[in-house]
Amino acid sequence: MNLQDYFSLVFSDYTLRTITFGTAILGAVTGMLGSFAVLRKQSLLGDAISHAALPGIALAFLITGAKDTNTLLLGALVSGLVGTFWIRGIVTKTHLKSDTALGLILSLFFGFGMLLLTFIQKQPNANQAGLDKYLFGQAATLVESDVWLMAIVTGICLIVMLLFWKEFKLLLFDPDYTKTLGFNTKFIDILITTFIVLAIVLGLQTVGVVLMSAMLLAPAAAARQWTNSLGTMVFLAAIFGAFSGVFGTAISASQDNLSTGPVIVIVASVFVIFSFVFSPGRGLLFRQIRFIKNRRDLEFQKTLAFMYHIAETHEDISHPHTIKILNNFQGFTRKTLQKLADKNYVTLDGAMWSLTEEGFETAANLYNQNFKKHE
Amino acid sequence: MKSMDNIKNTNSKDETTASISANEAGAVVMAVKVDDLTVAYNYKPVLWDIDLEIPEGVLMAIVGPNGAGKSTLIKAILGILKPIAGSVSIYGKPYHKQRSHVAYVPQKGSVDWDFPTVALDVVMMGTYGSLGWIKRPGVKEKKAALEALEKVGMLPFKNRQISQLSGGQQQRIFLARALVQDASIYFMDEPFQGVDATTEIAIINILKELRKAGKTVVVVHHDLQTVPEYFDWVTFLNVKKIATGPVKDIFNDDNLTKTYGINYKVSVQK
Repeated sequence: MNLQDYFSLVFSDYTLRTITFGTAILGAVTGMLGSFAVLRKQSLLGDAISHAALPGIALAFLITGAKDTNTLLLGALVSGLVGTFWIRGIVTKTHLKSDTALGLILSLFFGFGMLLLTFIQKQPNANQAGLDKYLFGQAATLVESDVWLMAIVTGICLIVMLLFWKEFKLLLFDPDYTKTLGFNTKFIDILITTFIVLAIVLGLQTVGVVLMSAMLLAPAAAARQWTNSLGTMVFLAAIFGAFSGVFGTAISASQDNLSTGPVIVIVASVFVIFSFVFSPGRGLLFRQIRFIKNRRDLEFQKTLAFMYHIAETHEDISHPHTIKILNNFQGFTRKTLQKLADKNYVTLDGAMWSLTEEGFETAANLYNQNFKKHE
Repeated sequence: MKSMDNIKNTNSKDETTASISANEAGAVVMAVKVDDLTVAYNYKPVLWDIDLEIPEGVLMAIVGPNGAGKSTLIKAILGILKPIAGSVSIYGKPYHKQRSHVAYVPQKGSVDWDFPTVALDVVMMGTYGSLGWIKRPGVKEKKAALEALEKVGMLPFKNRQISQLSGGQQQRIFLARALVQDASIYFMDEPFQGVDATTEIAIINILKELRKAGKTVVVVHHDLQTVPEYFDWVTFLNVKKIATGPVKDIFNDDNLTKTYGINYKVSVQK
């Protein structure tokens, strides 16, 4: 199947449609919530949460003996929440910094989870095969009810976010101030964190424990490059996330042996790289272009100002000078002088450069402007 | 430069006429009352047994060396930090019942200015407290925010991304956000930190206007030279409260030495 087939099939083929919808919704909700995590400088929280969910999946299986997705995800949710609030506890109650707490909980829970998984695999239970798919995710196992669950959680998340938008923004920007205004910051914090945990748990089946945090961070990091408004950022992150889901599914479905989760993550990373380079405000490319342009303008103005200075010491403003005298700008002068000549600000007579009337006035204006600015 | 000197002169004239309205009336109304307040980070006490009364209508500086607990005192009064012991009352009632009377200007460095938002939006946050949960700011709130921006001279920058403001401008935005709260008591954590002379004068003029309007203003302050010029009330703090009272009575070498631990000579430019 090639990409074209995929796009013609996506509307008719039930499995493909389900997976595409699932990954799109997942991308949208993680992108949205990821914006909050990124702005709170809790980028690694997602990683810790997803790893912390693993023992929950294993324990849920051990207790129920069934491989029902919802049961396993419920286990993941519980252990993800336990991990998260454990991290919060460590940070508030001890001297440890949050990165240490995140690292500790991540490895502790993941290690325990792996231990349980190997234990389960040694069991003589035929049902045990396939639990390890939660490590890297397997989008192909998505069924319609899974997608419905995702849609419902996303819907609730959206409503809560719209309701508490003002409070979320305030807490993200200035938590101490939020407290003095009388808002219960703990409640807002728990609300945001719980939804982040929910979104991560929903993604485990598709993207898996190991790569889930990328779903949270990549769309948000990409979106931040394009806008200076929180609302637009969250919206863009959702769009980027959804498209990563769709494109990732399309690519992995059109090739053999490409698992969906990693492809989605790679597509999301492409969004990030593209945004880092090409976004107009913060992108590397435009920053470099602005830098070069500024440098050119400055060379231009410096040379003009320098000539203005010497002209002031002479009776005749067009008193000619050789380039040697003017060349105190690391060899840029000839090119710059040529440009000034193109603008009719200086004239070249043999080897002698001189300021024109027009150039003198422009330089004088430039001078006054700068002077006023600094006053 | 000349215009700056003029402003400074009028300021010091202001200073001589300034006095506490409540004092003239005879009965002193206490805006803030702190009793036996003790705050500790882990085992080390940061504030030890602070008793402090701030009369209504004063413009008060809290001075003390680094680590003296100046910011901590403000944060404890505002309920951001939980004290180990002691109580705080605002106009005779606990803080959580008096929030609408209190505004806070945190240290500029306490937030990430690369946050995706614009100046007007930050100032609007000052209205969130009176709006309460869920309710969105509307036309009235926007108008109040614009007025506050105008007061601090930042109206032309209302749609500027906050990371693209200078340090002084960011400080003015924080001040405007507190002004929007239209409180009776203002707590400010180092509003003069890292601002240029022009902004400093603009800010102190606003503080003096607030005092004129009968508000109480409490400022964590670092520049001892300007204390007599800017403030009429001062609290010396170094973990313990050293002294509190009118600047003209207690701002002297003795208290400065007690607070800073070195033999301090006041070299006030008059």
